[in-house]
Amino acid sequence: MDSKNISYDRYNRQILLKQFGEAGQQKLLQAKVLVVGAGGLGCPVLQYLAAAGVGTIGIIDDDIVALSNLHRQVLYTVHDIGLPKTERAALILRQLNPEITVIAYNERLTRHNALDIIPAFDIIVDGTDNFSTRYMINDACVLLNKPLVYGAVSQFEGQVAIFNANRQSIEPSVNYRDLFPQPPGEGEIHNCEEAGVLGVLPGIIGTMQANETIKLITGIGQPLINRMLTYNALNNQTYELFLSVRKEAASLIPANAEAFKATDYEWLCSSPPATFEINTETFDQILVDGNAAVIDVREIEEFPIVTEFSHLQIPLSQIGEKARTIATDTVVIFCQSGKRSLQAAQYLSGVFGDSKKIYCLKGGVLQWKAMHQQKESI
Amino acid sequence: MQVNIIIFGQLTDITGTGHLMLTGVTDTNTLVAELNRQYPGLADARYMLAVDKKVVTENVVINEHNTIALMPPFSGG
Repeated sequence: MDSKNISYDRYNRQILLKQFGEAGQQKLLQAKVLVVGAGGLGCPVLQYLAAAGVGTIGIIDDDIVALSNLHRQVLYTVHDIGLPKTERAALILRQLNPEITVIAYNERLTRHNALDIIPAFDIIVDGTDNFSTRYMINDACVLLNKPLVYGAVSQFEGQVAIFNANRQSIEPSVNYRDLFPQPPGEGEIHNCEEAGVLGVLPGIIGTMQANETIKLITGIGQPLINRMLTYNALNNQTYELFLSVRKEAASLIPANAEAFKATDYEWLCSSPPATFEINTETFDQILVDGNAAVIDVREIEEFPIVTEFSHLQIPLSQIGEKARTIATDTVVIFCQSGKRSLQAAQYLSGVFGDSKKIYCLKGGVLQWKAMHQQKESI
Repeated sequence: MQVNIIIFGQLTDITGTGHLMLTGVTDTNTLVAELNRQYPGLADARYMLAVDKKVVTENVVINEHNTIALMPPFSGG
């Protein structure tokens, strides 16, 4: 590893620390950290990591600055409203510390790009604001074997932990799935937008994440591995939980890159009734993917007969007795106009809960055929 | 015997308080069942259950010296 020239003046106060020293500074300069989300948590993480001299900092976010962000997202000013957060944050960080490299990704981290972006970094910091991205990042970090510095807030309380650290080979390091194997349903837990958050709280939690990141890089202190710290801003109480590996967690993480990219994280975190119905295009995509059981719930003799794709026939009246014969994780139901398939989807959802993804074709086979005829005639 | 229970995050919207005392529970299974009986909203909620700060995933015997914590996931950022 080539050592970089250290600006002694800039980092003087932390190099003075005996545990930290020039070696610690050199480690920071060599480190590559990706901060996911440039919001309430991301802003302090970015500021402190840039100031401390983390050599390469990636920022990924597709959001633009809004007035309602400014009470907690302290990198931005009123002049930034309407502009991309990553662009504004990168500009400020480069002014703060021109000696480091700042890479801005003005896009959302998704299952489609995560496995391309994350490998270039050593440590990932989760500063996102929703469960679907949190689960996606966690699973990607497990697959890619990257430490994840987790932080999250709710009203007056915050959580901090390091997942997937893999530093001590003696004890396995937990990941988010060991804490909460499955995401909560939509509406079960509210985000900041719905529940509110005290502006200073993500500042405190984000600063703790920056601190944990620096400890992880430099190897000083006792990072929050297999521990989760919670902080309450109202009474200043902290509470530490000691975490351990949960048996079922590993089986919930996609086994490989292919399975990861096929995992619909948005769906996992949404409430079933609103998302049962899919349109013709999504339906066709599921047919192409070929992993789903496609079921016609019309009576056997009903017309039109479907010959365009292979499917099972389980009339709605028999769905109760035959539900358990469905073996696939994804089930797509269709009928004539979409009414019976919605009923069947609701029923199957009750039977299988979160263990299967259940969809039904909106508008039924009549609309599907009409759409395809229309396409062919164009 | 009485068991101390600390409740975090938006679970307090269900319980109405961040601190509960329960009597007559001897293990975490009976504790959860009793909580679900008193606060049906908890039955569908996701949380980690910790006995003296150690997260447990299987039934554990508890006594009155133990403090139980219910920790839900937070999503905000």
